Amino acid sequence: MMIDVNIIKRLQGSAGEMDLNIDLCIKEHEFVAITGESGSGKTTLLRILAGLEKSEGKIEVLGKSWLDEKNILATQKRGIGFVFQDYALFENMNVLDNLLYVQKDKELAYHLLELTGLRKLEKRMPNTLSGGQKQRVSLCRAFMKRPKLLLMDEPLSALDPSMRTKLQHDILLLHKEFSTTTIMVSHDPSEIYRLASRVLVLKQGQIIQDGSPKEVLLKTQGSQKFSLTGELLDIIKVDVIHIGVVSIGQQIVEIVMDETEAEAFSIGEKVQVSTKAFSPSLSRLV
Amino acid sequence: MSIDLEPFLLSFKLAGMTTFILFIVALPVGWWLSRTKCRCKPFVEAVVSLPIVLPPSVLGFYILYALSYNSPIGAFFQEIFGVKLVFNFTGLVIASCFYSFPFMVQPLQGGFESLNKNMLEASFIAGKSTVQTLFYVALPNIKPALITALIITFAHTVGEFGVVLMVGGSIPGETKVASVAIYEMVEIMDYSQAHIYSAIMLGLSFAVLLGVYLFNLRHKKRIGLA
Repeated sequence: MMIDVNIIKRLQGSAGEMDLNIDLCIKEHEFVAITGESGSGKTTLLRILAGLEKSEGKIEVLGKSWLDEKNILATQKRGIGFVFQDYALFENMNVLDNLLYVQKDKELAYHLLELTGLRKLEKRMPNTLSGGQKQRVSLCRAFMKRPKLLLMDEPLSALDPSMRTKLQHDILLLHKEFSTTTIMVSHDPSEIYRLASRVLVLKQGQIIQDGSPKEVLLKTQGSQKFSLTGELLDIIKVDVIHIGVVSIGQQIVEIVMDETEAEAFSIGEKVQVSTKAFSPSLSRLV
Repeated sequence: MSIDLEPFLLSFKLAGMTTFILFIVALPVGWWLSRTKCRCKPFVEAVVSLPIVLPPSVLGFYILYALSYNSPIGAFFQEIFGVKLVFNFTGLVIASCFYSFPFMVQPLQGGFESLNKNMLEASFIAGKSTVQTLFYVALPNIKPALITALIITFAHTVGEFGVVLMVGGSIPGETKVASVAIYEMVEIMDYSQAHIYSAIMLGLSFAVLLGVYLFNLRHKKRIGLA
């Protein structure tokens, strides 16, 4: 086992006080995604692993104690990489200097900038870059210590979808090239599916699900073959039938409902759209 | 008509030394105030800000008393080091440091508080100590606040009058700074000299402030924010 975590911390959650109580083992080179509602303790867990917040319990990484009853290993000595949601670049330094501040290793810095297509931007100041470029710089910076452990707190949630895809590619590339163990907080199922080898779902400070992305993220149960969750936006009466308007992800769909269903559901509810005897067909988008 | 420039030189010497000493003292205080979660923070902040609200005569009176031979502090310095702390330049520097302290601490504290906390944490994660983070990341990113702190402290010390008069009196070449000199000229109704001195002070003050604002604008452009 690479990382052994057993921690307890009292938190002020969105629903009053709660205990973050995590017992977790992570294997070397694993890519773990942590997901769950906001206020469930995901970010706090990541910050405790980074040594940015205190907690009770034990953390052991590669046989070395980072936290026990007596000692806390300082953040500075953990040698991790961390990618923040808001990039957190050093605004007084240009792109190259942001990397070199971490480690005076020009060769590695240029290698990372080359890999992520940032070589041309090496002299630019962070505030003149786009969000996607900033996050790529931040990703490169996190690898300057050749970290054994990489932590990412919703690294892509502020970016638009096409930029996300590009960065997901970069993250996977670097994760493999540097054979890090990576822990990423994310809300995006497609991102988790693409990147992670294991998913943890947190609720009220506890791990409530732990498995492969396929096991955790595919919402179909039993004989259902096709199932989506969404929000019921509207119910429109048309002649004798009702049409439910449901928002699923970024899309809006219409579902035919009968009288009793129309009365049973109320607008704004979370609903599941599923079917059994039905075969959805895929066609390419042009 | 010849103009005696000595009071100006004395003012600038006093302001320069005060600014230098206060920068060293106020930097850790401002940094600590910006990061502490200690319950004593409001108490410390109130003490730091006292010189802003206290009448200069009150502050001057306490400092005069504390530094004089009648108080343990003044007696200690005079007996052990043979240094007199009132009615001389040393006393003025000490008094000015108390008087101008908030003008150095507050901009620095405000600057540090406005920094993205994640940026500082990124520096810690990179393995850098608090001192390295302070000098390589925090200070360079609050340049406008830093310049404001230095310039306002300097300018405020040049402009002080009440405390200087209480603690230093008006000894030519020793404690007679520009503001005190102008007061004396008005008192003896030498209005033409007072006009010249006042105009010089006005011009210098304006130039200094204009310089600060121009610098801040240029700094924003340089880091890509304007």
